[in-house]
Order: sequence, then structure tokens, then C-alpha cells
Amino acid sequence: MRVIVNGEWIQLPEHAVNVADVLKFYHIHDKVVVVEVNGEILSRVEHQRTRLADKDRIEIVHFVGGG
Amino acid sequence: MLKIGTLSFQSRLLLGTGKYPSFEIQKEVVEVSQAEILTFAVRRMNIFEPSQPNFLEQLDTTKYTLLPNTAGAKTAADAVRIAKLAKASGLCDMIKVEVIGCDQTLLPDPIETLKASEELVKEGFIVLPYTSDDVVLARKLQEVGCHAIMPGASPIGSGQGIINPVNLGFIIEQSSIPVIVDAGIGSPADAALAMELGADGVLLNTAVSAAKDPVKMAKAMNLAIKAGRLGYEAGRIEKKQYATASSPREGMSIG
Repeated sequence: MRVIVNGEWIQLPEHAVNVADVLKFYHIHDKVVVVEVNGEILSRVEHQRTRLADKDRIEIVHFVGGG
Repeated sequence: MLKIGTLSFQSRLLLGTGKYPSFEIQKEVVEVSQAEILTFAVRRMNIFEPSQPNFLEQLDTTKYTLLPNTAGAKTAADAVRIAKLAKASGLCDMIKVEVIGCDQTLLPDPIETLKASEELVKEGFIVLPYTSDDVVLARKLQEVGCHAIMPGASPIGSGQGIINPVNLGFIIEQSSIPVIVDAGIGSPADAALAMELGADGVLLNTAVSAAKDPVKMAKAMNLAIKAGRLGYEAGRIEKKQYATASSPREGMSIG
């Protein structure tokens, strides 16, 4: 399926069906990240059970240095 | 002891984590500063380069309280969204509300800051708004339930120090929640002055990260904040127009 990740259209592989799969696909599943799908912020436990659909807008954010 | 909401801290120095020359220097800075509260920003991750080092990953997060900011927000709605994203990490309940209303001066938008703060208090966050030195706004932020007020000393990153000690004094005097002077601190003298005015803490970033020797400056700021606090607690003398001798006038062997 095709989804928008951080503003860019991405073709996800067949096996990526939920948010946890996407994080694994990008090798960021063990990092501190927060995911928002179509404006809905997910807690970590919701990653596995949040199934994705074509054209979903996914935002993946993390903490960076700031004052 | 600095108490913010349900949390208490030994250190009155809150440290920003932006713009350090290297992670090695930054780690040492955090160590010698003795800061317990560290601020962070929330940004999109570069998913195509996940191996990029990240300071948070090198930090023992059990030893520090994270204070994410809402930098980048221009409206209350933006700030609330960023705060919720930060909280969903499961690492923090605190939020520094930062809604910028002017790109050139980076001064906060008072109306959006107040709106965002009120909503985040209702959502159960520990709310620390970055605000100007406006005395009435500070009072209103307290009234909506904020857990600390963070008035700027002068524009962010400007290093101009405290440009309105009178307003800052008014804010401190009226406030029943901690007042943390945030932004504009340039030197240890500025930080000490903030504490002597009665501030409960100082939040700084650029003054340390952009100093010639950030580690030494972190040490200096730590000492200055402690010295300023002690001075405040000790109670300074009144200023007088004329001299008063420190040595006794009696028993002089000359004349």
C-alpha cells in the first residue's frame, strides 16, 4: 500500500500491515519514537494493533536537542 | 528544593540540549551542571537515516526529568498537539509551552500561550509556559493552573541578560508557583542576578552551549545559581547614598 510518512509518499512492502511493522521496516522499532496516524496520536501499545490503510498519513517524531 | 507540581528537585538549573559542539561535550556539560531537568524539542524523525545519533539515546533517562518544549508551535492547537506527542513517548508528563508570535524576536504569543496552557492543565500535564515578562499575563497563567511560570530575561539566545528586573521582581513577588527565568541569560552574573531577585530557577541553553568552553561555563552557571540563591536567602543589605565605616571609630592610635 502507499502511505504518506513524514510528508513523503512511500510504497510499503506487502508484509507491513500495522504501525509496528512500519517501525521495523525502517529499523526504528527500538528507538524512542511517537507515531501519529491521520492525526491520531498512538501510545506504544497501540502500534501493534493499529492497522494501516492506503493513503494513511503517518507522522513519526522523536526528541531532538532544544532549549 | 525546587518543587514543580508533584515533582521536587535539588538543582535549580534547568538545561537546554540544543546546539552543543559534540555529544561528548554535551554529556560532560550535563554532568557538571548538575541539572536534573533537561529540555528537548519534538521533531519529525529522518526515517531514511535512522542510525543518526540522538542525544536522548545516550542519556540515562531514569536520572533526569525530561521537559519537552512545544517549539515550532504558532498556535495553541499546535502546542497542544506537540505536547500530546511528547507525552505519548511515555517518558514525561511535563511540558514547556512555547508558542512563538514573532519570528524576528522569538517573543511568545501571549494569547495562544495562555490558551494552550489552560488546555494542557486540563489534560493533566505539568505545565511550564515560556512567557514574556508581562506581569498580568504571568498572573493569568497561574490562575489557569500552570505549575510554574517561565518569563524570559531577554530574547531567546540573545545573551542580553535581564533587561527588565523590575517586571521580573513583580512577577516573582505575586507568584505562588515557581518562577523560572528562561531565555536570554548570557553570563553567570545574569543567572546569579535572576536568583538574587528571588527566582526559583533558571533555564538556559545557548549561554552554555555556545560558550568558548561549554563545560567550564556549565560549572560557572551551576555555581552562580547556587550563589544567587544563597544570597537571596541571606537577604542583601539596603543600598545607601553615603559610606558607613566597617571598622570601629573608637580606639584609634593615630591622631
